Amino acid sequence: MSALLIRGGRVVDPAAGRDERADVLIADGRVRAIGAGLDAGGAETLDARGCVVAPGFVDLHAHLREPGFEQKGTIATETEAALRGGFTTVCAMPNTTPPPDSGAAVRGLLERAGRDARVRVAPVGCVTAGRAGRRLAELAELAEAGCVAVSDDGDPVAGGDLLRHALALGGALGLVVAEHCDDPTLSGGGVMHEGATGERLGLRGQPAAAEEAAVARAIALCELTGGRLHLMHLSTAGSVEQAARAKERGLPLTCEVTPSHLFLTEEAVAGGGAAPAYDTSAKVNPPLRTERDRRALLAGVNEGVIDAIATDHAPHAPEEKLREFDAAPFGISCAETALATVTTLAARGELDPAAALRALTHGPAEAFALARHAPGAGTLTPGLAADATVFDPDERWTVDPARFASKGRNTPLAGMELRGRVRAVVVAGVLRHAAAPAEAAHG
Amino acid sequence: MASIETAAPAADAPPVAATQPPPAPAAGTAWTRKDLLDTDVLSAAEIALVLETAEAMAEVRERPVGRVAALRGTTVVTLFYEHSTRTRASFELAAKALGADVVNLAASASSVEKGESLVDTVRTLEAIGADVLALRHPASGAAALAARHTAASVVNGGDGAHAHPTQALLDLYTMRRHLGDLAGRKVAIVGDVLHSRVARSNLWALRAAGAHVALCGPATLLPRTFAAPRALAEDTGAGACEVTSDLAGALADADAVMALRIQRERQGQGPAPSLRDYVRQYQITEERLARARPHAIVMHPGPMNEGVEIAPEVAHGPRSVVEEQVAGGVAVRMAALYLLATARRR
Repeated sequence: MSALLIRGGRVVDPAAGRDERADVLIADGRVRAIGAGLDAGGAETLDARGCVVAPGFVDLHAHLREPGFEQKGTIATETEAALRGGFTTVCAMPNTTPPPDSGAAVRGLLERAGRDARVRVAPVGCVTAGRAGRRLAELAELAEAGCVAVSDDGDPVAGGDLLRHALALGGALGLVVAEHCDDPTLSGGGVMHEGATGERLGLRGQPAAAEEAAVARAIALCELTGGRLHLMHLSTAGSVEQAARAKERGLPLTCEVTPSHLFLTEEAVAGGGAAPAYDTSAKVNPPLRTERDRRALLAGVNEGVIDAIATDHAPHAPEEKLREFDAAPFGISCAETALATVTTLAARGELDPAAALRALTHGPAEAFALARHAPGAGTLTPGLAADATVFDPDERWTVDPARFASKGRNTPLAGMELRGRVRAVVVAGVLRHAAAPAEAAHG
Repeated sequence: MASIETAAPAADAPPVAATQPPPAPAAGTAWTRKDLLDTDVLSAAEIALVLETAEAMAEVRERPVGRVAALRGTTVVTLFYEHSTRTRASFELAAKALGADVVNLAASASSVEKGESLVDTVRTLEAIGADVLALRHPASGAAALAARHTAASVVNGGDGAHAHPTQALLDLYTMRRHLGDLAGRKVAIVGDVLHSRVARSNLWALRAAGAHVALCGPATLLPRTFAAPRALAEDTGAGACEVTSDLAGALADADAVMALRIQRERQGQGPAPSLRDYVRQYQITEERLARARPHAIVMHPGPMNEGVEIAPEVAHGPRSVVEEQVAGGVAVRMAALYLLATARRR
């Protein structure tokens, strides 16, 4: 296998506490050396001056849509989107048809991924059979087949008893139980955050309490069982506060936030004009919340309470979002804007760059213990597999969904200028993606 | 503004209207909007323009012929995805009274039943020549969605819990007839405010006109974020908004009381224990109205559940202006169609 020298970048690896100007030499799929003035030998060189060279990003939460919803996205298109977004490992959420609730289904997914995927795909299996919330899936079989976690994402685990049992059993199997925290009796029918914007627009709301009550349930069951709990896409200040207190008590839990919730509020639904836009591309579950919530989520990342920034990448076909707000599906196509959202927030001083980079790399890799399956995921360590992302934190570009690799063009950021762009991505030692710098870069 | 031309008079009717002047526009205000989606984007001057145009239209309606040819050659489509009696009928009458061609479509009898999307439907209607679409739809934001995807003008005939601007404008029209200038007046809106597009559109328009609004109902049927204290509101010249579960306080010194329809299907399913419990606390009765001003009028957007949100003797009593509201609805919808259609010609 050919060698690659990434030259002259700022190498930042939160896992190793590394932040220095250095070259990275990659050969035979592994990181060979990190240091100043490395000899290229016969290696291809990649000029990374002005860029950050980071471990490949790890996305704990992506909807690849295959099998079952190929009009929204396929493993090929959505892992290409992840790749362009700087992600080298994506955890595939189980709300597919059929869902990965058996060893055979997981192996089928891994087989498709082996054929079509542009990045590493780590399957997340179902907690319950058929993701139907009635009885547990065969968790040992799922673990053996290669699942890194189990979840009924799209929905919370239906009954407290099922969540309890899953946590208790998952702990022994090394399976994280990743919970979509929501009390559907409180949020049912809600299409956005319950608050000022929703009231003005006459849209049914999901109160913050619907998420917070479910977070409380999950934390109580984590404490009861000692099982490994992961709280997905937290969206409220009250959720972050509960997670912080649970971590202080030493409970084995981790949590994530999406770039969308860090960047936007409920007002994105109304848009910036005098008349409300009812922007269905800002319809997401959990909903975009208030500025107060957004600030609490940012603080959660900066203080290390939130372990991971995960995209909840949720592509939809254009006609599915071109509907009445009530009828449009939830979800944002996020993979290709995630980094730029984060670096734009860092440039504004809202996110601490080091904490944010940790939440894109080491934080998520640790949360799902990915080293078991992919040694080297989330770090740049000589001797381990080389997944690396090179990005220019300053390059400005304007979001144009028509240029997305994802089939999902559903982004509320269309037309917005962001700062920060992925320039090159290496997966298992292979340069899979290289973008030319924009003409107006550094402008 | 163009003058309202008369229709060719019928042989047995004198051409009374031919010499009538056009409605006087509010000083310096012209209608420039493509669509009428809600009252919240309208300036006080634009609201005044609609109401003054409606006065002229009411005058047209009182003439022996009762119609003019101002919108001859204009096609108005009423596209209703919900059942409606007065709104649909009054849009149709209004369009016909202005000489427009009218096509009435109900979603249940159209391609919508075959799965056609709202966007495709409005594009189709534009392609066959619709100039103005009057749209009623159960989803909030449907009118905005339609308006974004057609060059035709869209007048929102009610979208979900969001807006019902022509209803609010006809309510203001009716209130102005009885109360004059609405600045400083108090209007109590009582019932399921949270799910009411009528309440929302009235709130924005009334506050813009300087009226104070009390929104009243059971706590579970009230918005939590609409309150605007007088001290803050007065700085901007807008009216205040109070949100309260206390009916006596809401009715105190009110100049107008608007009862909202209580949707039977929503009761007993969580937000309110029962209709009976609602009636006990919030039905508008003669006795409770004693707290309002002596001249206070009683309004209802219809359809009424007599004996639920409003006592029958109030609904048909001397304070009730419910039938006037319905009649005013035609004049206000004529004004809306006229302003939208003539703006298109400019």
